[in-house]
Amino acid sequence: MSDAVVPQKAESAAPAAASAVGWLERLLQSDLLYSFRRSRLTMLAAAVTLLFFLAAIFAPLIAVQNPFDPAQLQLMNSRIAPLWTADGQSPFLLGTDEQGRDMLSAILYGLRISLIVGLLGVAFSGALGILLGLVAGYVGGAVDSLIMRIADVQLTFPAILIALLVNGIAKSVFSNRLDAVSMLGVLVLAIGLSFWVQYARTVRGSVLVEKNKDYVAAAQLIGLPAPVIMLRHVLPNTMGPIMVIATINLALAIITEATLSFLGSGMPDTMPSLGTLIRIGNNYLFAGEWWIVAFPGIALAALILSINLLGDWLRDALNPKLR
Amino acid sequence: MSVRQNLLAAACAAMVAFAVSPASSQVLRYANQGELKSLDPYTLKETTTIAHHAHVYEGLVGRDKDLKIVPALAESWETLDPLHWRFHLRKGVKFHNGDPFTADDVLFSADRVRANGSNFLSNVPADAKFVKVDDYTVDVMLASPNPILTSQWDSWYIMDKKWCQEHDAVAPTPASATTPSYAALHENGTGPFTIESHQPGVKTVFKAFPGWWGKPEHNLKEIVFTPIASDATRVAALLSGEVDVVEPVPIQDIQRVNSSGIATVMNAPELRTIFIGMDQSRDELLYSSVKGKNPFKDVRVREAFYKAIDVDLIKTRVMRGLSTPSALMIAPQFYALSKDFTRPKTDVDAAKKLLAEAGYADGFEITMDCPNDRYVNDAAICQAVVGMLARIGIKVDLLAQPKAQYFAKVLKPGGYKTSLFLLGWTPATGDSHNVLHDILGCRDDAKDPTRGEANLGGYCNKELDALTDKILVESDTAKRDQMIKQAFEISLKDWAYIPLHQQSLSWGVSKKVKLTQRADNQVLLYWASKQEE
Repeated sequence: MSDAVVPQKAESAAPAAASAVGWLERLLQSDLLYSFRRSRLTMLAAAVTLLFFLAAIFAPLIAVQNPFDPAQLQLMNSRIAPLWTADGQSPFLLGTDEQGRDMLSAILYGLRISLIVGLLGVAFSGALGILLGLVAGYVGGAVDSLIMRIADVQLTFPAILIALLVNGIAKSVFSNRLDAVSMLGVLVLAIGLSFWVQYARTVRGSVLVEKNKDYVAAAQLIGLPAPVIMLRHVLPNTMGPIMVIATINLALAIITEATLSFLGSGMPDTMPSLGTLIRIGNNYLFAGEWWIVAFPGIALAALILSINLLGDWLRDALNPKLR
Repeated sequence: MSVRQNLLAAACAAMVAFAVSPASSQVLRYANQGELKSLDPYTLKETTTIAHHAHVYEGLVGRDKDLKIVPALAESWETLDPLHWRFHLRKGVKFHNGDPFTADDVLFSADRVRANGSNFLSNVPADAKFVKVDDYTVDVMLASPNPILTSQWDSWYIMDKKWCQEHDAVAPTPASATTPSYAALHENGTGPFTIESHQPGVKTVFKAFPGWWGKPEHNLKEIVFTPIASDATRVAALLSGEVDVVEPVPIQDIQRVNSSGIATVMNAPELRTIFIGMDQSRDELLYSSVKGKNPFKDVRVREAFYKAIDVDLIKTRVMRGLSTPSALMIAPQFYALSKDFTRPKTDVDAAKKLLAEAGYADGFEITMDCPNDRYVNDAAICQAVVGMLARIGIKVDLLAQPKAQYFAKVLKPGGYKTSLFLLGWTPATGDSHNVLHDILGCRDDAKDPTRGEANLGGYCNKELDALTDKILVESDTAKRDQMIKQAFEISLKDWAYIPLHQQSLSWGVSKKVKLTQRADNQVLLYWASKQEE
């Protein structure tokens, strides 16, 4: 792996020198883009992911109603079948649920929640994991042992269990009085605290390799303080594997959020995420109202699949042994 | 007929009886949407829980399949004078641990059910004195006449004094308790079933009690109860034969169950009235954006809420036609003059105007408490209500939770911690007095502390209370009905509560099982029989 990042190393020692034009040139010539262009599947996955992100960002422009605003829901419009079936009604393309929520709008807004929770969760767990990994690897000794043993212990629990635990504690601390926005925060916290271990272990491993190299010794010799060396010199050289983990973890975080919401301890019914929508729809599955559960399910599956494909491609592309 | 012929006939009859009903051998599996949390029979006055307990505990009186009061642990009773009742207890009854049932247990249970933490305070009058005459006779001395004294005693279960004392369970377990007492995890009743194992929220196994005093009307040796919260999973379990009885079948799945050929849905109008309540007693709402005052103290706000909610739409869309919109807080089956009342029409514009007049032209924010595993489509009703209130500018933050948490929060032991809520009520007495006393009565009556026990909204009108007291002792039915009418009119004028509808009973029953459906929605499996596999 160190081979692959050698060119970056020189650059990272003097980041200010890189101009925007240089970046673009390097990107166009990079192995990464080459392998991206070679794989149709990856391009498709990237397109689908991009589509989902755009749909989530521009949801208010696309959606026919705001499903989070109860005043816009008409009970009269409840349980309408998708537009192309005999009972379909305009403008409800994918039908409506039992509260008269347009399924397409609910999915678009639910996608927003899922992606926000996923991205913030990944950012939080990444920041936490990278920080702890850097400190453990660079400082070593007792600090290293302490952090890594905590990580080991946490690895023995499934992530969803930790997330449920954090969620439950947060709920009891706030004595069950959580509005939808603070629920979002709790979900991010729960997901962040369940996924930091992988980052910490990966970063620590890379740091252990890097810290004995000459450029680190040089930095130490000119008297730079440890935090600067860690963040400016060592960290950039560990970014490759972190990007891979972050991408795959984004999919995992979205799934975890959906699972929590499906179990009823995530987003409330009045501000549904994709998981909440699937839980609501699940109740109507046997009653012949399949569209309430099917479309959020398809959306979630497509999103997770495309992000995972991207993650796989990134892993292979950054792995020098596979070239 | 000679003696020999008699004997022969008896033998034949016995053989036929054996052939038809072999010794209890069947295992019946039952799933409800809610869990059975506490086994303490004084913790939670809620129909499903009471029905679970009915299999292991018994009261002095019981109710038969038509809801008529029948003798149970008391063989008979008489009123010596209007203030003096005498109960003759059944002899030879044993608790499940072998302790004999005597008058001491009745006296003990009368104290326990009226002790702090009990949810059944109003079932037994606070000022009634229980006196032991001998081991099998108990006298009850009343402070005021009460012709319907025993009407709620079918859910006042008798507990074993010795057992409670031995296990440090003399005090009832409050619904808000965080650590369960011994009595909440074990039972020792006199009923037809014992509980072999109980894992709250997971599984409870009932075993037929061979030492029961009565004659079993079932052929079961075991009942396995599992809570299944998810509607779809519950229905799937019924259709796959994994369970034999489910309650309720979600209304969207009734047709599917009926056409499955495996099970049928037993439908009947239920006597339960579903309603919405507003906290009108606190000076400031616990959960609202309005500070320093309570908007619900203004009758116009309550009227606005009432008029914003469209029950007909809830009936057609959420309840799929299986509900009866109600003008009163009681089902028409319980009150002869119900038809004299009509529900005021839904009128969003009028509601907005009323809110503006009250000074809330821009509306306000409020939190609504709602169970999500108690009543038919409860959470969906609440969500629909949230949407309807949004239309008059009220922003409702909906807190829908399982009934265990919900009841612990909003009921009396939890301190009535709610500002807006959905609740269902079936008068256990089958009489309007119960509604007027428990739900519409003032909460802080020094003379009658059980008044307004289930009045979560804290509505209070002394005029109505005075009428209620007169209704209790009035024995002329026509006159009494008129007085009840007056009382209900007062509460309607005050917009005390927002009655929504009576829901429909909806039990899913496997074709292998015969069951009696009682209109109060108690699933009583001691009247169930299951075909041989």
